[in-house]
Amino acid sequence: MSENDVEARIKREITENPVMLYMKGTAMFPQCGFSARVVQILNHVGVPFATANVLEDPDLRDGIKQFSNWPTIPQLYVRGEFIGGCDIVTEMFQSGELEPLLKQATPAG
Amino acid sequence: MAMQAGEIESLIKAALPDAVVVVEDLAGDGDHYAATVTSERFRGLSRVKQHQLVFQALGGRMGGALHALALQTNVPDQENA
Repeated sequence: MSENDVEARIKREITENPVMLYMKGTAMFPQCGFSARVVQILNHVGVPFATANVLEDPDLRDGIKQFSNWPTIPQLYVRGEFIGGCDIVTEMFQSGELEPLLKQATPAG
Repeated sequence: MAMQAGEIESLIKAALPDAVVVVEDLAGDGDHYAATVTSERFRGLSRVKQHQLVFQALGGRMGGALHALALQTNVPDQENA
């Protein structure tokens, strides 16, 4: 996949999915503690979310880091905007900022 | 190639001279650290931008030599609140 293809794919995914998580592993089988924690938080808030497993696609793994200028995985996007990695998502969850942000982004029911 | 806590602190301070940096070695393997960085430079910036400033200070080691850095950023007066 060329660099443009990866970027186009990312743009499509973060636009089509109000809550999009780039992670190591899958929501059912996270393969990294940080990715697992973000999945846990999203499940706790209870909003639908899509995931992409960067371990299956080295081009995506590098491409997403360049796209967001963020060196690590996981990466959470809400309505196309990069929210942060595990630290920031956890911090926002604990401060009460995350839940309203996620609920507004995902249509009820 | 792992990193030392002192190296992390000095790299961050080189880029953010006013920063108060507290680094904690989480696993003793030079690969898993937690750091709290407090700097006036963060004022008005989003959390993502604050963290990106720290990553830049670490000169691309984040996600490479430094596998895991649990990062907390603050502006000075927030810390005393």
